[in-house]
Amino acid sequence: MADATTPTITRRNPFANEGFWLAMLGLGSFLLLWYAAVKWTPIQAFNRLPDPLTVVREWLSPTPSYGISIFTADYYVHILYSTYRALAAFTLAILLGVPLGIFMGWKRSVHQYAYSLFSLLRPVPPLAWVPIAILLFPGVEPAVIFVTFLVAFFAMTMNTYVGVKAIPEDYFRASACLGGTNTDILWDVIIPGAMPSIFTGLQIAMGAAWFSLAAGEMIAAQYGLGFLIWESYNLIQYPTIIIGMATLGLVGYLSSAAVRMVGNRLMAWREQRLGTGG
Amino acid sequence: MRDMLDLNSAAAAGKPAAAGKVSIRNVSKIYDPEGARVVALDNFSVDFAPGDFLAIVGPSGCGKSTLLNILAGFDTLTSGEVYLDDKLLASVDRPLAPGPDRVVVFQQGALFPWKTVLDNVTYGLMKQGRTPRAEAEARGIEMLKASGGLDRIAKSFPSQLSSGMQRRVEIIRALINDPKVLLLDEPFRAMDTVNKVTMHRHLLDIFRISQKTIMFITHDLEEALFLADRVIVMTTRPGTVKLDIKVDLPRPRTREMMASDAYIALKERTVMAVREEAQKAFERGEKEMA
Repeated sequence: MADATTPTITRRNPFANEGFWLAMLGLGSFLLLWYAAVKWTPIQAFNRLPDPLTVVREWLSPTPSYGISIFTADYYVHILYSTYRALAAFTLAILLGVPLGIFMGWKRSVHQYAYSLFSLLRPVPPLAWVPIAILLFPGVEPAVIFVTFLVAFFAMTMNTYVGVKAIPEDYFRASACLGGTNTDILWDVIIPGAMPSIFTGLQIAMGAAWFSLAAGEMIAAQYGLGFLIWESYNLIQYPTIIIGMATLGLVGYLSSAAVRMVGNRLMAWREQRLGTGG
Repeated sequence: MRDMLDLNSAAAAGKPAAAGKVSIRNVSKIYDPEGARVVALDNFSVDFAPGDFLAIVGPSGCGKSTLLNILAGFDTLTSGEVYLDDKLLASVDRPLAPGPDRVVVFQQGALFPWKTVLDNVTYGLMKQGRTPRAEAEARGIEMLKASGGLDRIAKSFPSQLSSGMQRRVEIIRALINDPKVLLLDEPFRAMDTVNKVTMHRHLLDIFRISQKTIMFITHDLEEALFLADRVIVMTTRPGTVKLDIKVDLPRPRTREMMASDAYIALKERTVMAVREEAQKAFERGEKEMA
């Protein structure tokens, strides 16, 4: 029960929190290890990589050696393109995944119809869809969005489905015996009942969209963080690779956090003592 | 028992007291007739008059919940008929849909956790679409208030209430629809004795004032004898009527009556029947089902 409420209470002063300092320690030792591996070891594979200081200097430089830093317009164009694609894929995943998940959980026939197909397609990684996406779609944008969309869509559908399945049968019955129609049951029982699981799905889908994006943007011709990473590799602009990766991680994290915040806001009924409804 | 008189006017505001005569005739229910053939109910018949408080007692898995589910419209029957106020309600050819004339109060409690108390209480009136929201809410508040001042928790969510209060709200949510029959499926099963005693008093108040026909499912014989006008003891599966006992203790019932000779005589008559069936069920090692 405590678990359900913790995310809302932890928003105190972060510096007073031991967890915060441990997280900082983790991050710091990673950077140190990275620096040491690049600078101080005799291993060639490591020495080729840029060290963290070089990356940060490039990232914050008004005149970056490889053309990308927080002072260049291109940097933001890449972010905007990626954000647009991730959001488009995410939105599509919600629009298609939530209804499919609801009907799979609600109607046995839909479940039987879709589930095995679904289970077969779900483990296929986004990278493996790239050739099909190129063949399937006329333009670059739809193909990129399709590859970005897939994992998010599967996550959305599965979480919605599990959420509907977990609703106690008695809520359906209570609605029906108080005069609720099928439509009422959908709006009053299924959607609010599955909402906690749908929001977990949204967070996972948001994350999934961002990590599939890099695969999708290999197809991209000009812009996007995934594109930037590959392009910088081809052009031997190694610090820019790291800038692209770090930016991807950061933007992905921020968007998942935004989804989580909206979720906590919307499910006020859940923040009360949950799990006592026995 | 004090401020409950308001509940009367609140409940009757809808229409004059509905009848609520239930007649269950030769009802059988067989699960999986082609395969395992589990006979849950076998030729079960009982009639109850409007305003009867009928308790059905039996060991776990005797088919008492199946009976309630058939009446509520959650389950179909394999043979027989159910009549409500002399109208055919359910038969083999006429599967029954759930409806607000037979509202269930559930064993685990089924208030919608995402709706406030008031939204739960007015749910039935809103969904049946005959009552404007303002009027439904006014009636909801009125009934909550009449039931021991529950209107003060109208804006709370169910998870903020004790299980006893949740159950009281759920009973009001059923009652506000002016159902012909109130179906109570072991609603106090998970409660401790103190809470149970309080809930019994509330339920008896509600019964006295609303004059509803009540079917109360329980495995607790004392609870059944204390509450009901009539107690039906069911046999273990296949479920049929083993004993049909009229409880002629006067109303209002008090806890002291449980020490009276009349009560003890009743208990002696029934307790053996219940034990016998429980023993049979135990020996079969049946897991709870239906």
